[in-house]
Amino acid sequence: MKTMWCVLVLSGIFFSFLKGEPQTVTNVLFLDLQKSVELIVSLLPIMAFWTGLMKVVEKTNILNKISYALKPLVKFLFRDIIGDVKAVNAIVLTLSANMLGLGNSATAFGIQAMKELQRNNKNKKIATNAMCMFLIINVSSIQLIPINVIKLRADSGSIAPSEIILPTLVATSFSTLIAIFFTKYYERKKI
Amino acid sequence: MKFSDLILPSLIAIILLYGIVKGVDVYAAFVEGAIEGAKSALKIFPYILAIIFAINLFIQSGAEEFIVNLLKPVTSIIGFPPELLSLSIVKPLSGSGSIGVFQTILDNYGADSYLGRSASVLMGSSETIFYTAAVYFGAVGISNYRYTIKVGLISHLASIVASLIVCKLMF
Repeated sequence: MKTMWCVLVLSGIFFSFLKGEPQTVTNVLFLDLQKSVELIVSLLPIMAFWTGLMKVVEKTNILNKISYALKPLVKFLFRDIIGDVKAVNAIVLTLSANMLGLGNSATAFGIQAMKELQRNNKNKKIATNAMCMFLIINVSSIQLIPINVIKLRADSGSIAPSEIILPTLVATSFSTLIAIFFTKYYERKKI
Repeated sequence: MKFSDLILPSLIAIILLYGIVKGVDVYAAFVEGAIEGAKSALKIFPYILAIIFAINLFIQSGAEEFIVNLLKPVTSIIGFPPELLSLSIVKPLSGSGSIGVFQTILDNYGADSYLGRSASVLMGSSETIFYTAAVYFGAVGISNYRYTIKVGLISHLASIVASLIVCKLMF
């Protein structure tokens, strides 16, 4: 990630010089960075709200039942954390929120899940197998109904804006399976 | 009223009612959790800042355009539509950026064209890899992501290929 970040920033600065428009950098610095605050402002209340609500869920002890029901799937995907009820539950909640397309709520659950996974991590700087699997499933996109895409298609005058639901489902299942396959493959290698 | 509008309110009501039935002090539990959530939100701020700076700079400086032009001759050999190249590169980097590129494709080629459809499927079947990784790992202080980004990009590539093929076959 640090390499990636430096490459993005330095190539950005390099190209802005090359095009004779170094003011691009200044513009990004002073205008676009405000977006990060806007993002936090939109994330903070929803994250606080959901973790609050999840605390209620946690105290009802229903989590044990949910994670018990999902044991076979979790056993395959996240072998190392099978006994960790809190972590399993946070993972299940994140993935469910992502499937429903609840982006910000998913982020709130996701960070909670990462915290739970971090508890039993021996080296706090290095991602565990379960963390990698969890993140990769999330970024492979598992949203069932791509509501934003349908909205944009409808706005631009499509006669059947939602006709892409099934193809999207096929494509996204395929990419998620590929992701799981490769994660399992890399998992075997030593850190 | 849509079904999707019902999900959240029902979920909140069910959770609260279930908590009350189970004898939980729901208000105290809620506030306790909300404090934790607010703390994590503030903790991820620097990561969001870093990633937004890098990605906006990369896209706006013309670096992204340069890579698209560089790849065009290669991808045209295998019959990959050049119009989708920009979307393919921007999507893993930036959610809002990819919406802009997607909108341009819809405007220029129409939502019901082959390009419009495969762009739609690609939009729906891929995610912002770098941002998600930075935020999730950043929140707990992980600096070594191991193979996460690599596999994320492999999966993105699979989405691109699948989008093109599925739209060819299904429409």
